[in-house]
Amino acid sequence: MENLELVFPEIFLSLSIMFLLILGVFKKNSSKWIQNISLIILIICAVITFNETLSTNEIKLFNGSVKIDYLSSFMKIMTLLAAFLVLVISSSYLKIFKIFLIEYPILILSSVLGMMIMISSNDLIVFYMGLELQSLALYVLASFNRDQIKSSEAGLKYFVLSALSSGLLLYGCSLIYGFTGSTNFDVIANQLNSNEYAITFGIVFILVGLAFKISAVPFHMWAPDVYEGSPTSVTLFFTMVPKIAALTVFIRFLYVPFINLIDQWQMILIFLSIASMLFGAIAAIGQTNLKRLIAYSSIGHIGYALAGLSTGSNEGIQSSVIYITIYIIMNLGLFSCLLMMKRNNNYYEDIEDLSGLSKNHPLLSLSLLVILFSLAGIPPLAGFFAKFYIFKSVIEQSMYFLAIVGLLSTVIAAFYYLRIIKIIYFDKEKEKYDTDHSIWLKFSLSVSTLLILLYFIFPSQLIDAVSRINII
Amino acid sequence: MINFPILSSLILLPFIGSLFLLFTKSKKENNITSKYVALFTSLVNFFLSIYLWALFDQTTSEFQFVEDRVWIQGLINYKVGIDGISILFIILTTFITPLCIISVNNSITNRLSEFLIAILIMESFMIGVFCSLDLVVFYLFFEAGLIPMFLIIGIWGGARRVYSAFKFFLYTLLGSVLMLVAIISIYWISGTTDFVKLYDLGIDTKYQNILWLAFFSSFAVKTPMWPVHTWLPDAHVEAPTAGSVLLAAILLKMAGYGFIRFSLGLFPVASEIFTPLIYTLSVIAIIFTSFIALMQEDMKKLIAYSSVAHMGFVTLGIFTLQQQGIEGSIIQMISHGLVSAALFLCVGVVYDRMHSRLIETYGGLVSILPKYSILFMLFTLAALGLPGTSGFVGEFLILMGAFKDNFLVAVIASFGVILGAAYMLWLYKRVVFGKLVNPDLKQMVDLNKSELFILSCLAVPTLFFGFYPDPLINTIEVSITDLIKVYNFNIVGKL
Repeated sequence: MENLELVFPEIFLSLSIMFLLILGVFKKNSSKWIQNISLIILIICAVITFNETLSTNEIKLFNGSVKIDYLSSFMKIMTLLAAFLVLVISSSYLKIFKIFLIEYPILILSSVLGMMIMISSNDLIVFYMGLELQSLALYVLASFNRDQIKSSEAGLKYFVLSALSSGLLLYGCSLIYGFTGSTNFDVIANQLNSNEYAITFGIVFILVGLAFKISAVPFHMWAPDVYEGSPTSVTLFFTMVPKIAALTVFIRFLYVPFINLIDQWQMILIFLSIASMLFGAIAAIGQTNLKRLIAYSSIGHIGYALAGLSTGSNEGIQSSVIYITIYIIMNLGLFSCLLMMKRNNNYYEDIEDLSGLSKNHPLLSLSLLVILFSLAGIPPLAGFFAKFYIFKSVIEQSMYFLAIVGLLSTVIAAFYYLRIIKIIYFDKEKEKYDTDHSIWLKFSLSVSTLLILLYFIFPSQLIDAVSRINII
Repeated sequence: MINFPILSSLILLPFIGSLFLLFTKSKKENNITSKYVALFTSLVNFFLSIYLWALFDQTTSEFQFVEDRVWIQGLINYKVGIDGISILFIILTTFITPLCIISVNNSITNRLSEFLIAILIMESFMIGVFCSLDLVVFYLFFEAGLIPMFLIIGIWGGARRVYSAFKFFLYTLLGSVLMLVAIISIYWISGTTDFVKLYDLGIDTKYQNILWLAFFSSFAVKTPMWPVHTWLPDAHVEAPTAGSVLLAAILLKMAGYGFIRFSLGLFPVASEIFTPLIYTLSVIAIIFTSFIALMQEDMKKLIAYSSVAHMGFVTLGIFTLQQQGIEGSIIQMISHGLVSAALFLCVGVVYDRMHSRLIETYGGLVSILPKYSILFMLFTLAALGLPGTSGFVGEFLILMGAFKDNFLVAVIASFGVILGAAYMLWLYKRVVFGKLVNPDLKQMVDLNKSELFILSCLAVPTLFFGFYPDPLINTIEVSITDLIKVYNFNIVGKL
């Protein structure tokens, strides 16, 4: 127990959640308080985790069931910062819908706790616990706007389908436990008898469960409905934060115990990747609701991240991490714009509502232009580099088919991003939107836009940051 | 002066200018200010590039003014530099841009400063394309140019602008993504994307064919070659005049430049293998699109199709791999840049007055617009390659190279010259000569000062290089001789 300080962020976070719950119960009208305290907690956790990155290499705790290394710290910091920004820009949205309640920050904190456990898990049971903790919080968050039928529907749908996938995942875990005698990733790696087909079955089941969590095709069916139905601020959370944790688990699970079985799971990953890229691109074309469109676009983006993972090389992992980082920045900007489309306490989420935005709101539409071209992967914006690294690592492994399909689906995807740009810039203008946005909303929009726009000047920084991730 | 990063300044200056424009409030009375800011920026850039030409050493084929900085650690270097082939294109770009900016007088009424920003950013990217010495940097600039052009067509275009803008964007993007795969593959095969090193290393013969095809898919769309040329007439017709000018004068040249630089330079063996393919497509482009041009009702469309035919000559000349052929191609590109820009401006002049591009609207303009008719005639004759204009020099050299290499192709291509004369003269006859039937035309006024200035600016080099092409040829000669020498050396024994 000598290294207990390494899980200090998790311990601190769980204690704070309990404290905040008590505070919320005993103090009336304390939602603003709790919101602010949670923000501070998130920042403290991020700072502590950042300090860890500087000091430690790879350390295992609790009989090897928790692993703290550079990857886990990097992903935790991303999770914490993303959660911070989600909390901070969603308050005005929540106030308008009268759901600015104490539970909201607490639920977000608990799902963040679950994700942090997932990220550093080195054991199937620890991983599953983290996964369920984050999912339970997310079910409630999805139906947080309980007066709206769509929101309740989203929560229920997510709950039912997610429970099913958790079941599959557990079944996979038990298969692997049965045939290797352990739940610990390292022990599994040692005990592995690659001729055992049951283990392959176990991997497939777990992959299905994980693919569901990151909404990769063909396990994506819940995503559009849930994204559309949930309150926009929760959708923002959905599109960004759980993906970080799930991607880390993908990396840990596939590359630590089962790296020798790469022939078995590589094909599955390639299939998931190609299906997600193509489906995400094609299905988004017909959408009229922006949140639904973002759901499909995020399916497509996950496909690219998976393409990096399917390479089986360190470069592939690094490129996936870069991809998800840049994707999160772009999504943050996109949602900040979405949260700015407000008129008389009404939020607008149809694509048509963007019509002629450039006349009334030149700066807002310029940022959207940058973000959308970046999402489409047009140079010199950050989104291009994200794709570039992915394809570089894919081609290094001579997976030309994957690279070409991926690039062709970028062209298809470019179509629907261009359609939004067309509506913003080429169409007739509508009424003005409100301009009295909170300072944080403006901050997150301008920072994400500038990061995307100016990424090409300092591309090495991000590469340096992820180059310390060495899994294999 | 060696240390002064002159090429980077050329790339950056328009950016800085557009930043200034962003903060110039676009109210009505400020329109003039933003125009002057843009004009000033582009003029500074133009003089800088002329200065560059003066400093340029014509006796060597080495890359000059090279800047090499680490950009992405261990992966890509930001490397720019020029040789005889690229410098002319840079000057063409910096020459055309100020003229474009002057020409946006009254045709663009709304969001003028945004329009100027788009043009300036476009200029940056184009200069970047012509001087980048790293494949990834090249790709970056090559693709980035899509964004401003998409907006120029889409925001300020004509009635079917959305369709045209999408077609333009998706066509070119689809062509280019394969090039990206090829570039990454080259990195994987050779360990570098630095172009000068790749020249020395050479690329393994077994990969060349497939890589050549990937690059070809991008350049063929951009050139545009038959049968992937269909985006061009649409884009031209819908784009505003300044957009058409940029598109015809500079954008189309990127592909021709790419063919010389990359296809010939990096994949000599594959180029030799695929020469018949290029010949066939070029000849079809020359003959087929000339016939299409004959039948057009719309002036802009006619000139657009004539561009396809002219670019057919260019690709033909490049792949003859004769000194004359390649020199001719480059001169043809420069000349086409001047002449097609002028022709689009000529169409823009009458369009601004009558709001019609249909040929049948006009007729008998000679009696009311004498200055316009003279200049229009000059450019018509230059487009069909009359001796004494720059168009002649290019076409003549290309055909000379082609006759050396392949007699049959040259003979067929020569028919294209006749067809070119036919559609251009017929266009001129229908618009300018004949009886003044349409009574509305009588209210038209002749060229105003700025229009006269722009067209004269284009007329002077057209005539000058027609009579005296030596400055151009001297600049490119050494580089091309060297290119052909290396090419012939590389293909010996590998076919």
